[in-house]
Amino acid sequence: MARQGLFGSSLIKKYWMALTGLFLISFLVVHAAVNAMIYFNDGGVTFNKWAHFMGTNLIIRTMEIVLFLGLILHVVDGIILTRQNRAARPTRYAYSQPNANSKWYSRSMAILGILILLFLIVHLWHFWVPSRHIVGSLEPYGVDAAGQDNLFALMQLVFSNPVPVVIYVLGCFALFWHLLHGFKSAFQSLGLNHRRYNGLIAGVGTAFSIIVPVLFASMPVSMYLGLVK
Amino acid sequence: MKLTLKIWRQAGPDAKGAMVDYPIDGISEDMSFLEMLDVLNDKLIREGQDPVAFDHDCREGICGMCSLYINGRPHGPERHITTCQLHMRKFKDGDTIYVEPWRSAAFPVIKDLAVDRGAFDRIQAAGGFVSVNTMGNLVDANALPVPKAHSDKAFDAAACIGCGACVAACPNGSAMLFVSAKVSQYALLPQGRPEAKERALNMVEQMDAEGFGNCTNIGACSIECPKDISLENIARLNREYLVAEMTKES
Repeated sequence: MARQGLFGSSLIKKYWMALTGLFLISFLVVHAAVNAMIYFNDGGVTFNKWAHFMGTNLIIRTMEIVLFLGLILHVVDGIILTRQNRAARPTRYAYSQPNANSKWYSRSMAILGILILLFLIVHLWHFWVPSRHIVGSLEPYGVDAAGQDNLFALMQLVFSNPVPVVIYVLGCFALFWHLLHGFKSAFQSLGLNHRRYNGLIAGVGTAFSIIVPVLFASMPVSMYLGLVK
Repeated sequence: MKLTLKIWRQAGPDAKGAMVDYPIDGISEDMSFLEMLDVLNDKLIREGQDPVAFDHDCREGICGMCSLYINGRPHGPERHITTCQLHMRKFKDGDTIYVEPWRSAAFPVIKDLAVDRGAFDRIQAAGGFVSVNTMGNLVDANALPVPKAHSDKAFDAAACIGCGACVAACPNGSAMLFVSAKVSQYALLPQGRPEAKERALNMVEQMDAEGFGNCTNIGACSIECPKDISLENIARLNREYLVAEMTKES
């Protein structure tokens, strides 16, 4: 195997996985912060203002392209790693006790990743596709009290149905397990392992893995329950 | 003790193998696991059957020859030991015990439970050494100061016996714990620094070429390692390789 190239060695693939993972984590922070504007409970005026900014600002729109590239790199790298790792053990063990030495979610990053990707396709179809005028637009949902495009109304419409609410909550569960391994793992992959900081990285990683998916999951649930209007 | 053994039998590298049941009686709980297999083989030979091939050498936990995936774990259920250090008192009378070889594309089965771990030797030959001038002008060992913390960590890494349990335990079949221990033991000492970059690059290149999987930080390797080699070594190799890849002289 050649040492050069984007996916040259096993370690270069590992660095890409970590860097794109951390980049996607930084996106989650921004996404959760903007979405949390629905909790102003002002009929979506604050949320719609930010949604408009995110959809029109040149820097944000450029970063949106970088974000998709980062996601694609993360997925492609993951597919290559998974295929190679499966090939590295052509004969399975007749009897194995993997839980004796490792966590199921650490071993299931590919499956959790596929679940998140499936959720992401549904999610993009619900909100990103109409709000970026790829198919349809936000016009059918009218304007809010401040006369802005009403993405908030679309959210209310989607989350008035329990099926999307369940799908979104399950997506958040997959994200939770994926982050629980991924956050810590990214630091180890980049060589950042030191007795002084390991506790901090693990603690922040676990807190992040809980807080962010819970925040995301609370949005469709509170909309379905009519707590956010 | 009376036991039922389920052992992987495979006549040769290209033969099709299968799990075969062997009931065995009269096993003392003071026997090591390997001695129990000796009793089985003695019985098989007396019955005119082919004995079970398995690797072993020192039988005191320092050579790294004994392997065996026992009841779903490398070197059996106990931590920080090799198979020769596993005693039958860790099992119960009437138990069924699965015995399988290390499973890795890079460790092909030679016969039954014996696998070819030559891949580790080739990785070692790719850079797991320090080049020295042997023309008589040797430097006194104490002439180079080494920080105590570094020598301790180098020693911990050097405790690796190359048994391959890390590869056997890893769901990805990765050899990173082994390679990182070998890279670390030299990277931490001044004698190893001049060749550190080439060493990291060449040993990883050889590791990939052998067909081992990629490390995804699952951590099973370190838990199952008979010498308790830490994941800290893998992080060190990740650092060493990253720096080497970005700053190598050529």
